[in-house]
Amino acid sequence: MNGAAAVRMAGIVKRFGRIVANDSADLEVASGEIHALVGENGAGKSTLMRVLAGMYPPDAGTVQVATDGKPLRDVTGWNTRQAIEAGVAMVHQHFMLVPTLTVAENLILGRELRRGIALDLRAAEREVRELSERTGLRVDPSRLVSDLSVGEAQRVEILKTLYRGAKVLVLDEPTAVLSPPEVGELWKVLRRLRDDGGTVILITHKLDEVIEISETITVMRAGRTVGRMKTTESTPRTIARMMVGRDVSLALDIREQGTGNREPGLLGDMAPSSRFPIPALKLENLTVPSPRKPNEVEGVSFTVARGEIFGIAGVEGNGQTELIEAITGLRAATAGTVSIADVSGTLRDVTAHDVRARADIGLSHVPEDRHRRGLVLDYSVADNLILGQQHRFTGGAGVLDQARIASNAASRVTTFDIRPPDESLPSRALSGGNQQKVVIAREMGRDFTVLIAAQPTRGVDVGAIEFIHDQLRKARAEGKAILLVSADLVEILALSDRVAVMYGGRIVVTLPGSEASAEILGPYMTGAQGTAA
Amino acid sequence: MTPPPIDLPTSDRAARVRLAFEESILPPLVALVIAAVVGDILIIIFGQSPGDVYRQLLEGTWGNAYGFGQVIYKATTLTFTGLAVALGIRAGLFNIGAESQLASGGFLAALVGLAMPSGTPAVLAVPACLVAAAVGGGVVGAVPGALKARFGASEVIVTIMLNFVVLALLNYIVAAHIHVSETLHTPEIRAGALPRLAAVFPMFTGSAANTTFLLALATAAVVWWYLFRMRPGYELRAVGLQPDAAEYGGVRVGGVWAKTMMLSGVLAGLGGLNYVLGYKHYYEEGFGTGSGFLGIAVALVGRNHPVGVVIAALLFATLSQGGLAVNALVPKQMVDVLTAVVIIAVATAVPEVRRALTAARSGIGNRREPAEGGQMGIGTAPGPIDSRFPIPDSRP
Repeated sequence: MNGAAAVRMAGIVKRFGRIVANDSADLEVASGEIHALVGENGAGKSTLMRVLAGMYPPDAGTVQVATDGKPLRDVTGWNTRQAIEAGVAMVHQHFMLVPTLTVAENLILGRELRRGIALDLRAAEREVRELSERTGLRVDPSRLVSDLSVGEAQRVEILKTLYRGAKVLVLDEPTAVLSPPEVGELWKVLRRLRDDGGTVILITHKLDEVIEISETITVMRAGRTVGRMKTTESTPRTIARMMVGRDVSLALDIREQGTGNREPGLLGDMAPSSRFPIPALKLENLTVPSPRKPNEVEGVSFTVARGEIFGIAGVEGNGQTELIEAITGLRAATAGTVSIADVSGTLRDVTAHDVRARADIGLSHVPEDRHRRGLVLDYSVADNLILGQQHRFTGGAGVLDQARIASNAASRVTTFDIRPPDESLPSRALSGGNQQKVVIAREMGRDFTVLIAAQPTRGVDVGAIEFIHDQLRKARAEGKAILLVSADLVEILALSDRVAVMYGGRIVVTLPGSEASAEILGPYMTGAQGTAA
Repeated sequence: MTPPPIDLPTSDRAARVRLAFEESILPPLVALVIAAVVGDILIIIFGQSPGDVYRQLLEGTWGNAYGFGQVIYKATTLTFTGLAVALGIRAGLFNIGAESQLASGGFLAALVGLAMPSGTPAVLAVPACLVAAAVGGGVVGAVPGALKARFGASEVIVTIMLNFVVLALLNYIVAAHIHVSETLHTPEIRAGALPRLAAVFPMFTGSAANTTFLLALATAAVVWWYLFRMRPGYELRAVGLQPDAAEYGGVRVGGVWAKTMMLSGVLAGLGGLNYVLGYKHYYEEGFGTGSGFLGIAVALVGRNHPVGVVIAALLFATLSQGGLAVNALVPKQMVDVLTAVVIIAVATAVPEVRRALTAARSGIGNRREPAEGGQMGIGTAPGPIDSRFPIPDSRP
């Protein structure tokens, strides 16, 4: 760590039409440091980094970069190819990999090793394996990218940039898709990278991460840089206030107070399920296949009671997706049963029901990937607010009741504070947090008995996280049964009455929330405990 | 919630309407200008004045009742096949079988028309033929739809192959069993014939235009209503845009595919009425050759919107009829080339123009980039294969 500037951006202005994404933003990153760029969604973090990585030319301002010990040179307006050649690379939130190629093939794309006229894939795989071991980014180079979990795909993205010799690595919300053990692995990789003289810029809005990993922090708000400080001199609270411009209650606070000190439901006597456990969701011996293996979920049984939040923690790719799909009817189970309580409270076996029938009985579902499943991005907000309930908004002869669709949208947009408050906008135009609020508004704004909330706050900003957590607590207080599946252990611990860990397609441990902590759950999540039997 | 740091200007409705208008009208317009320029060059190569040729082309089509009648006639068939293709594309299906669905619809309508005793009142005979045409096209369309829904067979391959099978089968039946000797067509239908426009407006005398074009317009309106006002249309478009989201929304994706392919076949099949009921009153081998494939171009230029399809059908019908009108000056094939240029120009210019539009006011509307905070699945990651190549957004 030599402290000389590796990146200096000054007075960066970037407009998109009438939107000013960067409004004279400054950033200075020392070489050999891990620098956190924090701010709410829409604060302009990604835009600023895309300017750095050569994806957008700035409308004003200068970009200077120093790599390989050379002095700073002006690179304003360069393109991505030049940036990569100079060793500046960005790992995006959505991955740019060819799903039909293997990991090794993806990495060597464009700089293929040849033996004669043939590709020397074996040598490539060896090279990739070496790099993978050296950096600690473990992934099997011979696997197809389409078979990888999101966390693994991200590792491949980072590997790809390193393979191309990145010296300044920009990571855009890298932990949004990772579980705690994976996050820990990532931190190790980043620290090793830094110790080798690399520079890391981390875009994030998770404050505990900032504190844990970074040396310097730059805070952005509304397109401007509003602060820069040493991490050792800041706390989550001071950073959050700077990000938002006011005080916010953080899920983190609850954890800081100790895991047992969880907010009870608003109706105190409803909340702890142990008092009157009335089952609303019941799985018995559920086995679910995936294209990869016949028992992606194997023999899972549990019950979620009314007024209870049951949290499932675990590293992504251990069967959570398949479990959720089997509960909601998107994927057929090969064995076992799913039962859901209807509005009268009677448990009904829905194993043979399709998605719509289960929803009609009382199942709501906030899916883990709102861009793929939760929203039709080109539909208006109003049209998305009826997705899955379109048959309830249909009059005679299959004609949609436009008036009711409009009034439904207007009331949801107000109640759930969706911004901008214009239900005729295509959902694509909304920020991540507001897109998620559309999903939440639709799934929680109607009558339901059981809610499956999968990664409900993934990729949404601090303010929206607070709002979504409040909604979940409110639903619990109203006696709903909530199955919370999240890779964010902080979230699981902050909300759940009971916590289970999923590993290798099984529930390996179930604990009362008051007894759970990251230290206790960690070994189960990595398979170090609970799998022997 | 904190107020969003950036005020989205898209909440300005008037601006958005203008924006949508630009987005849907400007690209095809640019494509047409490009086609006209290429046409100019071709005409000059033939030693003619572009002004003369275009004047002749317009006079021979929109300039007199006969020519206009022919345009209407040709546009009628193209509207049906264009709607058929557009409906499929809205559900994410590529129906290349409109050609055989059209023939099959026409054939069945002719059979029913033949089977009825002459003198059957039109109120019975016409609906009977209409249903026959719908069934004829629908059955041919349903096969690839069912195969896709059940076995995942590509509807592109199956519809292409069915074109050969169905056309050969129809030709065999006509040639072997019910043709009028010395011809390749069936006898005239006994009932169900529709009046030509000339029966009401004598100035159309000689042209093939008939009342089927009213049916075409009504069908376009129904398709619009179905797509944008009815629940099955809502689900159909969701399947086309994001099948995973539709599935999540309780839609049986396979069922929508099967149903849509059948309906697409029905639309193409109805196109057969234009010739069989409206014009010649018999089924003839190859009566609609090319109309099915041109339907793909009509849907493309019409942006898969029923109104756009009607306009595009008129455009291609004008070019087709115009080719005959300018035959004295330049070869008819020149207009065929022009048609091809329009198709290529639309296919290439539309995305380009839209990108330019987006770049010009980047960030508004259907861009995802400025909004942070979402991760796309691997399979849905748009755009570049590899970050070494400049991503599209980096274009100035």
